Amino acid sequence: MIAESMYQELILEHYKRPQGRGLREPYDAEVHHVNPTCGDEVTLRVKLADGGKVQDVSYDGQGCSISQAAASVLHDLATGSTVEESLAVVDEFTRLMQGRGQVEADEDVLGDAVAFAGVAKFPARVKCALLAWMAYKDAVLRSQEAM
Amino acid sequence: MTSSDVRPAASAGSLDVERIRKDFPILSRELPGGRELVYLDSANSSQKPIQVIDTMREHLMSHYGNVGRALHVLGSESTEAYESARDKIAAFVGAPSREEVIFTKNASEAINLVAYAFGNPVNTDERFRVGPGDEIVISEMEHHSNIVPWQLLAQRTGATLRWFPVTDEGRLDVSGLEELVTERTKIVSIAHQSNVLGTVNSVSPILARAREVGALMMLDASQSVPHQAVDVRELGVDFVAFTGHKMTGPSGIGVLWGRRELLEAMPPFLGGGEMIEAVWMDRSTYAPVPHKFEAGTPPIVEAVGLGAAVDYLTSVGMDQIKAHERTLTQHALDALTEIPGLRIIGPRTVVARGGTVSFTLEGIHPHDVGQILDDVYGIAVRVGHHCARPLHLRFGIPATTRASFYLYNTTAEIDALVRGLHHVQKVFG
Repeated sequence: MIAESMYQELILEHYKRPQGRGLREPYDAEVHHVNPTCGDEVTLRVKLADGGKVQDVSYDGQGCSISQAAASVLHDLATGSTVEESLAVVDEFTRLMQGRGQVEADEDVLGDAVAFAGVAKFPARVKCALLAWMAYKDAVLRSQEAM
Repeated sequence: MTSSDVRPAASAGSLDVERIRKDFPILSRELPGGRELVYLDSANSSQKPIQVIDTMREHLMSHYGNVGRALHVLGSESTEAYESARDKIAAFVGAPSREEVIFTKNASEAINLVAYAFGNPVNTDERFRVGPGDEIVISEMEHHSNIVPWQLLAQRTGATLRWFPVTDEGRLDVSGLEELVTERTKIVSIAHQSNVLGTVNSVSPILARAREVGALMMLDASQSVPHQAVDVRELGVDFVAFTGHKMTGPSGIGVLWGRRELLEAMPPFLGGGEMIEAVWMDRSTYAPVPHKFEAGTPPIVEAVGLGAAVDYLTSVGMDQIKAHERTLTQHALDALTEIPGLRIIGPRTVVARGGTVSFTLEGIHPHDVGQILDDVYGIAVRVGHHCARPLHLRFGIPATTRASFYLYNTTAEIDALVRGLHHVQKVFG
């Protein structure tokens, strides 16, 4: 029952009660990312503030529990942190997801996102977990270009 | 009269599923964690009986050589096996002539072969001329393999692509047949059986209209040839495509059947070895059909394996297979409709319908459904859009879960699916 361990309570919680869901104004950049193999999609907006802070990450989308919960966890982690910190979390999360289950997660960096560690053992689901996070990275870069 | 008269011939010729299952070694393998395999993904690809595996192995062990060009013993034995597979397949689909059976690598290649015959400047046959103002007609329930080749043709030639819509019940909507298929139509190409809905389309009214307006007609029979007796003469269409791996044969081998006279009028598709008659530095003449369309060394062992597959299916009996799948489908439709929040995408009766059942579970993404079914119950289903994205868009859903049945499936496996779905609802409810 490996998959049951993939569906950590924290993931199911975020799936059933997503944090910060819905597209909000104002924003510096909006991106739309899709996972063509399964039809998961996310629209994500980023609003940056002075001092390199992330003021808001708002999003809307559809897809499996992994993709939607990942967006919710991302919202919690990125909002209120600095761009630099949040991109470090994205990098660590990406490393974990692409590690085929062989990578030891750095819980200090990842926080709640460590709950996705089990997903890395399912290559077909890694893209689901990364969808919103890649969209966030893209949106942050565009926001910085716009500033 | 006794009540036994109610069920006469069916029991005499019915299919012994336990005996059939013994022919498929993979069905008795154990999955990690000691789970049994419940394989409900045959519309994606079927499993292979020992008869096919042994035939391919035997060919590689004792007879393998290149076909058509090697004069030694192995070359002639290999050629004999390859060409006799063609005979078997011709007989299996009722082809009037063995030369009308062309080996391709899959159904996609077979459809592309036909699509590329159109709008080719070297082809002066009026029936294959396509340009702006001409139309190609497909349907909204097609697999991408019967959509994209025609989109490419339309883009190459400036022709217009049109399609039959699909009803809410998952049937082809032919109410606009006369406006859709007109004097402008060059070819109509539709699925014989949908790989998502399970719907078996009625060919004759569409064919009658195509004939009336002088259009050609093609069937993507990838999902029908494995599951029911298909006779190309009876169907009366011009081209039929299907693939080996869905009919207990290997992957890497597909078939295009076409009317000889049309195949002869068509230009070659791929150029290369063995498709020629004579070659000069600046031009070539081509081999007669079917070899004109079989450039390069073909999938020899795969063709031989497909020959063994049709022998196997014939020995079981296509009518028995169809009846068995009908029982399974009825059982599945009855059981699935009792699950709260489950919506079947496709006909809810077994009339003009095959054993492919796609559905959604309210509030739960198919990826999550498939993951739990596989991991907890060893149940293999397909999740996603099944290479039929436009059909899913039409139903306003991104994806479905699809269970598909074949001769080796049992009602107990469908019951396992139902138990699995209840568990999925518990996890995500």
